[in-house]
Amino acid sequence: MYLGKVIGNVVCTIKDSSLEGSKLLLVRRLPNGPSVVAIDAVGAGAGETVYVCRGREAAFAFKPKEVATEASVVAIIDTIERE
Amino acid sequence: MIIARVVGNVVASQKHQAHEGQKILLIQPLDLENQPAGDVFVALDAVDAGVGDRVLAVQEGFSAMTSVGHVEQPIDAAVIGVIDMVEFE
Repeated sequence: MYLGKVIGNVVCTIKDSSLEGSKLLLVRRLPNGPSVVAIDAVGAGAGETVYVCRGREAAFAFKPKEVATEASVVAIIDTIERE
Repeated sequence: MIIARVVGNVVASQKHQAHEGQKILLIQPLDLENQPAGDVFVALDAVDAGVGDRVLAVQEGFSAMTSVGHVEQPIDAAVIGVIDMVEFE
């Protein structure tokens, strides 16, 4: 997983049927990575710090539904305690 | 697997149920001189590692899910060992 900041939403009227009802979030990888579109699994919104699960495992967040995603927001971060 | 250091704890009260009760760690990959190499990532802890430990980490789903005992869950990285020493020529 990696840290990200939700910076917006993506709206698609025409999309794969498995994505119907999904919230598409625009997430910028922290500290200074690229932006990706991830499916929301926890009710995250713009401005929140989250972490993103990527790859095949991202779709497991929505079991038993099979969602065509390679990135899912799986947690909203409260705090990070760094050394 | 990669050699990495635990650099932080991540606290998230709103998270996927598969992550409930797991320790969530912030991991910095290291090179062989123990210098940071690449971006930090988030991993679940399978071995009770702590901040400052040098660890063995996986960034692939099957191994990560297996190590924390949750199959077919949204988990793509885990800490699976605490490194005592590394020997190389």
